Amino acid sequence: MSSFETKTCAWAPAHLVVEGATVSYGDKPALKNVSFCVPVGTSVAVIGPNGAGKSTLFKALVGLLPLYAGQIMIHGLPLGHHRDCVAYVPQREEVDWRFPVTVTDVVMMGRYGRLGWFKRPGKHDRSVVAHWLDRMGISDLASKPIGDLSGGQQQRAFLARALVQEPHILLMDEPFTGVDLSTQEATLDLFETLRDQQVTVLVSTHDLKLSATRFDQVLLLNRRLIAFGPAQEALTSQTLAEAFGGQVLFVNGAVVVDKAAHVRKPYTE
Amino acid sequence: MLDWLFEPLSYGFMQRGVAASLMVGVLCAVIGCYVVLRSMAFLGDAMAHAILPGVAVAYLLKGNLFIGALAAALVVALGIGFLSRQGTIKEDTAIGILFAAALSLGIALISSAKTYATDLTHILFGNVLGVSAGDLWLTAVVGLLVLAMIVLFYKELLVISFDPVLAATLRLPAERLRTLMLVLIALTIVVSLQTVGVGLVTAMLVTPAATASLLTRRLSSMMVVSAAMGALSATIGLFLSFHVNIASGAAVVMTATFLFMAAYLLAPHRGVLWRALRRKGAAD
Repeated sequence: MSSFETKTCAWAPAHLVVEGATVSYGDKPALKNVSFCVPVGTSVAVIGPNGAGKSTLFKALVGLLPLYAGQIMIHGLPLGHHRDCVAYVPQREEVDWRFPVTVTDVVMMGRYGRLGWFKRPGKHDRSVVAHWLDRMGISDLASKPIGDLSGGQQQRAFLARALVQEPHILLMDEPFTGVDLSTQEATLDLFETLRDQQVTVLVSTHDLKLSATRFDQVLLLNRRLIAFGPAQEALTSQTLAEAFGGQVLFVNGAVVVDKAAHVRKPYTE
Repeated sequence: MLDWLFEPLSYGFMQRGVAASLMVGVLCAVIGCYVVLRSMAFLGDAMAHAILPGVAVAYLLKGNLFIGALAAALVVALGIGFLSRQGTIKEDTAIGILFAAALSLGIALISSAKTYATDLTHILFGNVLGVSAGDLWLTAVVGLLVLAMIVLFYKELLVISFDPVLAATLRLPAERLRTLMLVLIALTIVVSLQTVGVGLVTAMLVTPAATASLLTRRLSSMMVVSAAMGALSATIGLFLSFHVNIASGAAVVMTATFLFMAAYLLAPHRGVLWRALRRKGAAD
């Protein structure tokens, strides 16, 4: 039971160091020898083609997948020493939306880690939940079943749930896929606030333009680390070609990623 | 009308039968919410059938039937977990293999006893009117224990059921909580044997909870409504069985099914008829 006792680390900005991280499913390596270091309060866009290991990297960062080699250090300590520091917003497809829980129930789950065994949420927990529901603009939906919400609203609820964990590092897997523009803007706005609070943010996305304009750093991934740094340095025609292979096209200096390229068969006559 | 209600209760066996059915109805209905939400109906059915060899061995050795049943249920629950965790076969295949194996072993053992037919019928379909005062106490104690665990671990069981990924990031011991849930289901099935039997206990786990899922939108209220459905089915079913003279377990399950059908048709917002009428109203 000791693993679920409240071991909160002090509210200090987290620096994240990944050294030679290798993760594999069976014999297949999904990530090979990935090393990078994220300074405190930085926002990072993680880009790469489908199957590049973006979700794998996030799952390794929260300790869902074991590392085959290398290590991940947060606050200078290996994973598992500070339960409360990392919050993870999964991809929408990974959630059972028919489950009978209200929006408030879902967001409150983010507090469970702090509560520990046998304790019920108290006044403070409820006020933190109310604050983030309000901040994400979904207060009026608080008592609705989570399944009744639109995709964008569900995304906001899950983001609120991650934030009531008061994380030092926030991981979001494809938050801009299949949501409305206002949710996308609300999410990006929030990243600005989080930067002021020195929360480190890692977001996986397919959107190169957003990555280049709205994030401090870009991490280009395809099973291994291809580039990491500010967009203008990390996103060159060479690194993009390396990451996306045949899926990336250059049209008058603009970059076009063809997501379907790897499934399309060459046309032969 | 009042005679219809009070006449059966003048018999001691009926009083005990009603008390036992009520407790089992509520208990199955509450844990059944998790069985429904986590799609474990087949697992519950397998555990119920797997109890048979345990009961048979205990019966032949003149030991305690309850302990025999519980041991068998736990062995199968953990065995299924073990077989499917290796990843070499799928969970439903593992369940199918173990469940049929245990059932055949149980029948083989019981068929060697002289009173084969009667005993097997009682285990398969229950004999609520044969409940003793001791059985009642056992049901009450085990039932309270299971309900207490469900209340105590409400948050944790909710998180591992709704979002295993969050459970892992919160560093909850998911494997141990899953085992706890299997043990609670096993205990529930074992104390329900006398009332509804191996063959029908799955219905008591699944049907009231499915009815409640059509009528509610939160897990806690689903559990309360499910418990009410379970209690209602148990009581109505038992009175029916007394007056119409049919097997009590079957009467209880048929009542539960009737309540489910009513909810399926009439539930506000989600009922089939409700939606059809709504559409018609909108079209007019």
